[in-house]
Amino acid sequence: MKKKIKILIAKPGLDGHDRGAKVVARGLRDAGFEVIYTGLHQTPEMIVNTAIQEDVDMIGISILSGAHMTIFPEVLRLLKEKGATDIHVFGGGIIPDEDKEKLYQMGVGKLFDPGTKISEIVEYINNYFKDKS
Amino acid sequence: MTISEYLKKFEEKDIRALSKIITIVEEGLEGSEEILDYISKKTGKAYRLGFTGPQGSGKSTLIAKLTKNLLQRKKRIGIIACDPSSPFSRGALLGDRIRMSELFLEKEVFIRSMATRGSLNGLAYKTKEVADILDAFGKEVIIIETIGASQVDVEISNLVDTTVVVFVPESGDGIQILKAGLTEIGDIFVINKSDRMGADVLYYELKNLIEMSYQNSKWKPPVLLTQAINNQGIEELEKAIFEHYNYLKENDLLQEKRKNMLKRELANNFEQEILKIYWQDERIRKKFDEIFLEILNKKISFSEGVKKLLKEVKND
Amino acid sequence: MTEKEREELEKEYHLWEEKLKDFPQCSLPLFNTISNLPLKIVYTPLDIKDFDYLRDLGFPGEYPFTRGIRYTMYRGRIWTMRQFSGFGTAEDTNKRFKFLLAHGETGLSVAFDYPTLLGKDSDDPMAKGEVGVCGVAVSSLKDMEILFDGIPLDQVSTSMTINGPAAIIWAFYLITAEKQGVPFYKLRGTIQNDILKEYIAQKSYIFPPEPSLRIIVDIMEFASKEVPQWNTISISGYHIREAGSTAVQELAFTLMDGFTYVEEGIKRGLDVDTFAPRLSFFFNSHLDFFEEIAKFRAARRIWAREMKNRYGAKKKESLLLRFHTQTAGCSLTAQQPENNIIRTAYEALAAVLGGTQSLHTNSMDEAWALPSEKAVLIALRTQQILAYETGVVNVIDPLGGSYYVEYLTNKLEEEAYKYFEKIEKMGGMVQAIKAGFPQREIAEAAYRYQKELEEKKRIIVGVNEFVLEDEKLEIPLLRIDPEVERRQVERLQKLRKERDNIICEKRLKELKMAAKSNENLMYPILECARAYCTLGEITNALKEVFGEYKEEAFF
Repeated sequence: MKKKIKILIAKPGLDGHDRGAKVVARGLRDAGFEVIYTGLHQTPEMIVNTAIQEDVDMIGISILSGAHMTIFPEVLRLLKEKGATDIHVFGGGIIPDEDKEKLYQMGVGKLFDPGTKISEIVEYINNYFKDKS
Repeated sequence: MTISEYLKKFEEKDIRALSKIITIVEEGLEGSEEILDYISKKTGKAYRLGFTGPQGSGKSTLIAKLTKNLLQRKKRIGIIACDPSSPFSRGALLGDRIRMSELFLEKEVFIRSMATRGSLNGLAYKTKEVADILDAFGKEVIIIETIGASQVDVEISNLVDTTVVVFVPESGDGIQILKAGLTEIGDIFVINKSDRMGADVLYYELKNLIEMSYQNSKWKPPVLLTQAINNQGIEELEKAIFEHYNYLKENDLLQEKRKNMLKRELANNFEQEILKIYWQDERIRKKFDEIFLEILNKKISFSEGVKKLLKEVKND
Repeated sequence: MTEKEREELEKEYHLWEEKLKDFPQCSLPLFNTISNLPLKIVYTPLDIKDFDYLRDLGFPGEYPFTRGIRYTMYRGRIWTMRQFSGFGTAEDTNKRFKFLLAHGETGLSVAFDYPTLLGKDSDDPMAKGEVGVCGVAVSSLKDMEILFDGIPLDQVSTSMTINGPAAIIWAFYLITAEKQGVPFYKLRGTIQNDILKEYIAQKSYIFPPEPSLRIIVDIMEFASKEVPQWNTISISGYHIREAGSTAVQELAFTLMDGFTYVEEGIKRGLDVDTFAPRLSFFFNSHLDFFEEIAKFRAARRIWAREMKNRYGAKKKESLLLRFHTQTAGCSLTAQQPENNIIRTAYEALAAVLGGTQSLHTNSMDEAWALPSEKAVLIALRTQQILAYETGVVNVIDPLGGSYYVEYLTNKLEEEAYKYFEKIEKMGGMVQAIKAGFPQREIAEAAYRYQKELEEKKRIIVGVNEFVLEDEKLEIPLLRIDPEVERRQVERLQKLRKERDNIICEKRLKELKMAAKSNENLMYPILECARAYCTLGEITNALKEVFGEYKEEAFF
C-alpha cells in the first residue's frame, strides 16, 4: 500500500481566479497529501502530461470561467488516449447542477461548490481510497 | 501489471511505465528491489547536474531555461525537483513545476517532483535511485534540484557530476557562504536575478573567495551573472557546464568521481542495512532498553553502557 | 474636551469596564473585523483623543475630503448605477445594455470574455470553450460597433474592465465613437487599465511590468491631450480583496499601486496635475459593514494628503479619490442564493455611506452563472430603493463623528502606512510584486479566512450554519448559447476576408516599429483599429516586441 496520496491541483484554460485552488492546495498539504500545483493557463494536454509524469492519484480541476464543458471532457479524453484512466478526476468552481450531471455521466468525480470546506474534500479523497482498497 | 510487464514497457520507452516504476521505487513497494537490480545494469550514460541554492534564487526557472537550450541540441532530459515535506502534516506542496510549464509539452523532457518525506539533506530519500531510473530510461542529462540550501544541502554534490550553486544578490555576505560550505561543493556559481542591487558586490566577493579557496585547483569555478526570467546568461551557463564536463573527462575525473559516488552509495546502503538488522533484532532492542535504564539510574556510566551494548552485539 | 473632562471620562470608563466582567461574552464567533482588526465592545471619545475636525475630516468637497469629495454629494448627483455586464456576442450584450438603461441604470460597464481579456481572438486555439462564456467577445472594431449599436456614445459614460489589452480595446471604442460622429473630447468613461493589480490578483496580464507601465503612461498622455473627460486608470482594490486580502491590504496595495502610476507619469516628465485628475479608483464593498465605510474614508484622506504633500499636486481635482464600488463577489454563496440579495443590499449601503461615486450591485445567482435578467433587475432595484426610499442620500457622511467609525478610519490608515513603509523598503511596488510580497500576504489572508470558516470562528449563513440539507436550486440560470463561439469564429473569418489585408500588415509593422521606439503607442494602435486589425493580431505584434509575462505562483 502506497504511503502517500498525490493530488494534482490544476487551473486550466484562461481563468485567472486561483484563490480557491491555492487555498485547497495548501489545505490538502496540511491534511498530509502531496500536492502538485502547476500554476495558471494550463491546457488539458499539459495537465494530463503532468499527471502522468508525477503519477498522481487524482486530478482536482478548479474552474470558474464557464469553460468546464470543454475542459473536463478533453482531460478525460486525453487520459483515455494515454492509458491513464486510473487517475481520478474531480473538481470545483462555478458549475451549474445541470452541467454537473452531464459531467458525472462522463465519469468525472465529485464537483464541489463554492463554500465547500477543505475538510469535505479531504474526506472525499480518503473515502475514495478506502473504498478502492 | 506485474513488474516484468512494467519493465518491458519501460524498455519500450513508455512514459507511464517510467512514472509507475519511479513510484514503486520511491515508495519502496514490492518489486522495487527487482527494478533496481534491472536498472543498475543500464546506468552510466547520463550526465548528472545538481542545482542548489537558497529558496527564491530562481533555480527552477534557470533549470527550465537551460533545458530549453539543451532541447535545441536534441538532448533527452530528466528533471527531479525536490520540495520539503511539512514536518507537521507530512504533506507537501510541490510547486517547482510552476516555473517549468514551458516544458510540459516537450516529449523529451520528464519532470518529477519529489517531497523530502523527512530527509534532512535537501533531497528526497530516493533521489539517487530515481536518477538511476531516468538514466536507464535513456535520459542523457539529468538535472536534480534541491529544496534550498542550508548548511546541510551539500549532499547534492555526492549525487551529480557537476554542481551549480545559485545565489541571488541578497544572499548574504561572503563569510556566510564560507560557513555554509557551499564554496566547497560548487563547480559553477550563478548569481541569478542579477539586475537586483548587490549583484556586483556579491560577484566580487564570490570571485575573491574562489581565488582563495581554489588557488591550487585545476578547476576554478566560474561565477556567472544571469537573469533567468529574461533568458539572460543561459548560454554562458550551458558553456560552463560543458567546460566542466570536459575538464572532468580530460582529467579522468568523471570516472573517478563516479567510482567514489558508487563506493559512497555502497557504504551508505551497507550501513543502513546493518542498522536495520540490529534495530530489528528483538533481543538487541531489549538489551538496549535495559542498559538505558541502568545508565539512567546511574548503576553504570555512559561509556560502560555503550561497551556493554557492543559486547552484546559482538556475541551475535 | 478639557483635560479634566477627559480624565473624568477615563475614570468612568474604567469603572464601567470593570462591571463588564459580570456579563460573559461568547467566544465564538470572533468579535474582530473580517480583516482581523481587534475591536472593543464600545467606543468613546477616549478612542479618538487627538481628534481635530478640520484636520481629520474637513468639510465635504474640501481637503482632506474624508467626508466626501463633492460639496453636495448625492443631493447634487446620485451615484452612477453602473452594472457590470457582458456575455455571448456583441449583439447579446447590446441587448442587455439597452435592457438595463431602460430600467434606470445610469452608466454602462462592459465585461469582456477571457480570450478578449487576454488579447486573444475568438478563434485562438486557447479560446476554445471560453468564447462569450464569462463576458462579451470582442475581437475587432466590428464587434465594438455592434456592441454599441443604437447607443449614442456622447450620451453615456462607459466603463470597460480591460487591462492587458486596454489600449487596443479603448482604441476600438474611440473609433466606434468616431464612426458615430462623436469627437473624442466628448467621450466620458473609464478603462480599468491597472496592470499592477493584475500581477497581484486578477491575473489577466499579457506583457511584463515595464512595457505594460509604458503603455499605461502612453494612455495617460494621450488622454490628457485628446480625451480629457476619460478616466485612464481605475486603480483597483476589488480584485485584491476578491483574491482573499484583508481590508487593510486592499487599501494599502491599491493606494501603493496608485502612487506607482503617479510616479511613472512624473518620470515621463508629465506635470502631475495634467493626468492625476483622471485617475480613478475601484473598491470592493465587503460584508463587514463599518470596516468598509472606514476604509473608503481612510482612502480619501490618505490619497489627498499624499498627492498634496508627496507629489506636489496643486489642482484640487488631483487630490480627489473618485471611486466606483462593486459589492463583494466572494461573499456570495452558492447555497440559498436568494440570501445574496440581502448581502448585496448591506454591502451597497456600506458603499453609499462610504461616499462612492458609482456602484455595481451583484446579482444573487452569480455563484452559479452570469446574471439572469430577473436577478440583475433585482440588483439594480437594490440601488434604486437605497437611493430613493431610505433617505441615506439626504445627509453627507452620516457616520462622521461616530467614535467607532472615526477610530476605525484612523486605524485602517495607520495599518496602511505600515504597509507603505514595508513596500518602500523593498524598493517600491514593482519590486515588491516581483518578490511576491503582496501575493503572499493575500494568499496567507485567504487561507486564514478559510480556516476561520471551517473552525466556525466566522459564520456564513447557509454554508457553515443554518444549512439546508438536500437543497434544490430554484432560480432561473442564464445559459450561454453554445453557438456563440461558432458565430464569432465565422464572423472573424469573414472580417479577415473582407478587409484590406495589405493595409493591416502595414499598420501592424508600423506598430512594432513604434513599440521598439519611444513613440506614444496609442496613435499606431488607433491606426491598426481603423484598418480592422483584430485584437489578437495587434496583441501578438506587441508580444513580439515586449514578450509575455509568466507568473511565479506565491502561496
